[in-house]
Amino acid sequence: MSSVRLIWRKSVNAVMLTLTGVAAFGVVCILFLILGYFVYNGGRSLNWAFFTRLPTPVGESGGGMANAIIGSLKLLFLAALIGLPVGLMAGVYLAEFGGKAFAFVIRYTTDLLNGVPSIVIGIFAYSLAVAPVKHFSTLAGGLALGIMVVPITLRATEEFLRAVPGSLREGAMALGASKWRTIATVVLPAAAGGIITGMLLSLARVAGETAPLLFTALGNRFWSPGWSQPTAALPLMIYEYAISAYDDWHRQAWAAGLVLLAIVLLANLGCRMALGRRGMPRSS
Amino acid sequence: MSTTATTIDRAAPPEAGPRAFIRRLRDGDEIAHVVTLVFAAAILLITSLLVYELWMDSRLSRAKFGWDFFWTRTWDPIFDHFGALPFIYGTLVTSVVSLMIAVPLGLAAAVFLAELAPRRLSDGIAFLIDLLAAIPSVIYGLLGIFVVVPLMRTVIGPALKAVLGKLPLFGGPNYGVGFLTAGIVLAIMVVPFIISVSREVLLTVPGDQREAALALGATRWEATWQVVVPWARTGIMGSVFLALARALGETMAVTMVIGNDPKVSASLFAPGYTIAAVIANEFTEATGDLYLSALIELGLVLFLMTFILNGLARILIVATERGGGHPS
Amino acid sequence: MKKIVLSSLLLLCLAATVSAQGNTLLLNAAGATFPYPIYSKWFDVYHNEHPNIQINYQSIGSGGGIRQVLAHTVDFGASDGPMSDEQLAQAGFKILHFPTVLGADVPSYNVPGVTAELNFTQKALAGIYLGTITKWNDPEIANANKGVNLPNADIVVVHRSDGSGTTYIWTDFLSKISEDWKNKVGKGTSVNWPVGLGGKGNEGVSGLVKQTPNSIGYIELIYALQNSIPFGKVQNAAGKFLKADLAGVTAAAAGAAKDMPDDFRVSITNTPGAAAYPVSSFTWLLIPAKIDDAAKRDAVKGFLKWMMTDGQTYNETLSYAKLPKPVVEKEMKAISLIQ
Repeated sequence: MSSVRLIWRKSVNAVMLTLTGVAAFGVVCILFLILGYFVYNGGRSLNWAFFTRLPTPVGESGGGMANAIIGSLKLLFLAALIGLPVGLMAGVYLAEFGGKAFAFVIRYTTDLLNGVPSIVIGIFAYSLAVAPVKHFSTLAGGLALGIMVVPITLRATEEFLRAVPGSLREGAMALGASKWRTIATVVLPAAAGGIITGMLLSLARVAGETAPLLFTALGNRFWSPGWSQPTAALPLMIYEYAISAYDDWHRQAWAAGLVLLAIVLLANLGCRMALGRRGMPRSS
Repeated sequence: MSTTATTIDRAAPPEAGPRAFIRRLRDGDEIAHVVTLVFAAAILLITSLLVYELWMDSRLSRAKFGWDFFWTRTWDPIFDHFGALPFIYGTLVTSVVSLMIAVPLGLAAAVFLAELAPRRLSDGIAFLIDLLAAIPSVIYGLLGIFVVVPLMRTVIGPALKAVLGKLPLFGGPNYGVGFLTAGIVLAIMVVPFIISVSREVLLTVPGDQREAALALGATRWEATWQVVVPWARTGIMGSVFLALARALGETMAVTMVIGNDPKVSASLFAPGYTIAAVIANEFTEATGDLYLSALIELGLVLFLMTFILNGLARILIVATERGGGHPS
Repeated sequence: MKKIVLSSLLLLCLAATVSAQGNTLLLNAAGATFPYPIYSKWFDVYHNEHPNIQINYQSIGSGGGIRQVLAHTVDFGASDGPMSDEQLAQAGFKILHFPTVLGADVPSYNVPGVTAELNFTQKALAGIYLGTITKWNDPEIANANKGVNLPNADIVVVHRSDGSGTTYIWTDFLSKISEDWKNKVGKGTSVNWPVGLGGKGNEGVSGLVKQTPNSIGYIELIYALQNSIPFGKVQNAAGKFLKADLAGVTAAAAGAAKDMPDDFRVSITNTPGAAAYPVSSFTWLLIPAKIDDAAKRDAVKGFLKWMMTDGQTYNETLSYAKLPKPVVEKEMKAISLIQ
């Protein structure tokens, strides 16, 4: 009787433990399936023209997405310009100066901002930077992405600053340096590697964002001169081409997907390797 | 109590109150303090401005429809009659479907990583899963259109229909696009979050808990399922809320596979619409002011939903990490 | 790490030099997807002939074209449905309609096993879109298609999810042929659909039809032709089944050309005449009557002139019907209204 029960328990044990393993490896398999699928489909369609040419008129094959690649870079540059300083400085404030109540409020707000759906950020950027000036623009797109960069940068900055050993600070202070001098010359440099990696990760995340660009950057079939004109971006092109009915556009969507995937994953791979997963800011 | 020793005490403990502030001013750190404070306050400003804009820009719609907005099924731009019900319904249904797939899968994987796998393997897999979480939404949409939708139409849908076709939940024609497809794509997108957060939470469960259970003769699975998981359940709930918040706000991938039809249907095969998807599709082309205002009110609703869920998730995760949701 | 930052900065400088091409004038336009293929061809050719003028056209749907021109966020809009009196009044400034090409909606379908061209009676189309006809072998469809083996399968109805002129033309047609439709749904760039799936853009609808067996969707003629999606014949006001082609569309326009109103807003769906294809329409550019920026004003006027002369030669290769002569003459005069 009891041995039957024991066998039952042991088999339940074996089955369930196997299932958990299957689940874990299954999820990892999804990653490799996605990668394989994109390398296969995108690789076939990727050619030199993709990186150097403008899109052709609808329905004509050939052409590329050079303007979208540059457009995405410009948007990321703006996002970095707007989002990184705010995230960095606010992170310094939280780690070094913050009082209890106010710091809590900031931290909570940051979490909140991090959780705001990207499409809502898009509405926000539209009413802030498109509706008043009556212009879709690279600037508005960069603003939307910039807002999304803030929370992750802040989180990384704060965590890595806190990880700097107290002894370093005390040493500098003992030499008579004021607090801000200590922060600027000792603490920040000590945490710089981690902070920069965190920043790159946050940029990698927004590089693939589509929803906030739909009604800010809008899209462009040509080069976008300057900063106040609508611009193309890789994710926007992928979306537009994916839902189209042209086989050639589908091919280009796969190619663009492969490029985007490569950029995002390589950035993540590099950053996470550099950090060794230590104190990784949660990407959620 | 906490085993995640990532925080290190600050060199100078914060002093509260205006007097401390004045003292620091005299120390010559005032500029640095004030400058960083301004940036920190900027985050507050951005967030409040966001709420303000959503609130103000939706006032036309709020004034016209009031609470009826939430119970109205019509979405009729010609006669200017707008209701949020189909979108709220679609958002909830797709999110729930995604969780029903992602939670068991994610929890099982997290248990494997935290309890069974050797540390190096576990770290390696967790690393790959973090990469999965980094893949952009539009990429999932692309895969959704060209891989999941055809699969749904030819394999998954017919199989489900053959087995469960009698239930209204699986009745009606199968188009390939619809609630279930969107739910599946969402599940793939949120499962990394569940795994990664749950794994961390499970790793914080003190070793003596499971050793005690094992010593009493429990099998490995019993120790895990009856002791470790309940110990960490609040944190796991937190990860589920986080995933839910993520699923609610997901836009591009869902827009590409849900069918974009504002209907409340019992069948999971039916096409639907979500809040985020309707905003993405219709925001630039809302011809009337009331139409635009209604879309912004939908944005406000979505914001509030994720706001509440995120709050709950943070509280739960913090509660577990600060010493466990003790099994009562 | 520094290297990455540096090299990305370098790339950006490169980007700036590439994209700053002297004093290029960029005009932004948005709207209808129905004429997107010809517009993108026109703007591409026009840019090659006038390298200093770029017209960036985003096909966000006719509703979007109307919305964005009202909000001043684009230099001009485009729509397949004319703006309503209400919308024009709401604008607060004068908006001119310029017909550019003629086009048609066709019922495209994907029924496995059916290779014949299907005939659709007016009743059948209204019934399918109202949701009262749900099977492919419904008598209303079967009787008009003797000899075709129609499956006993559910009809998957596909419509546009975005505000679109293609929808305007389709619903305008349905409103003219069905009282039920007129009262329950009405016509517009987006409506409260009784049944069906939504796809974004002509691309989205034809994409869905292509991917979904037993589906039917209305799409612009050119999209069906370019993607070799079979599409059916539609019964016209004279009772004849016509397959959409340029001749049929031109015939539908011929009547309208004679008594074209001064603001060019005219419907040509279900016009009488045995040769007239019933789901035809003009498509319009929506141009503010007053453009403050002189350079932009000249560019718009210049493009309009080119479009009505040289531009029209591209129409037929892309399956759009040419504008009738009298309409072109009338429009040429109207260009001077832009100030």
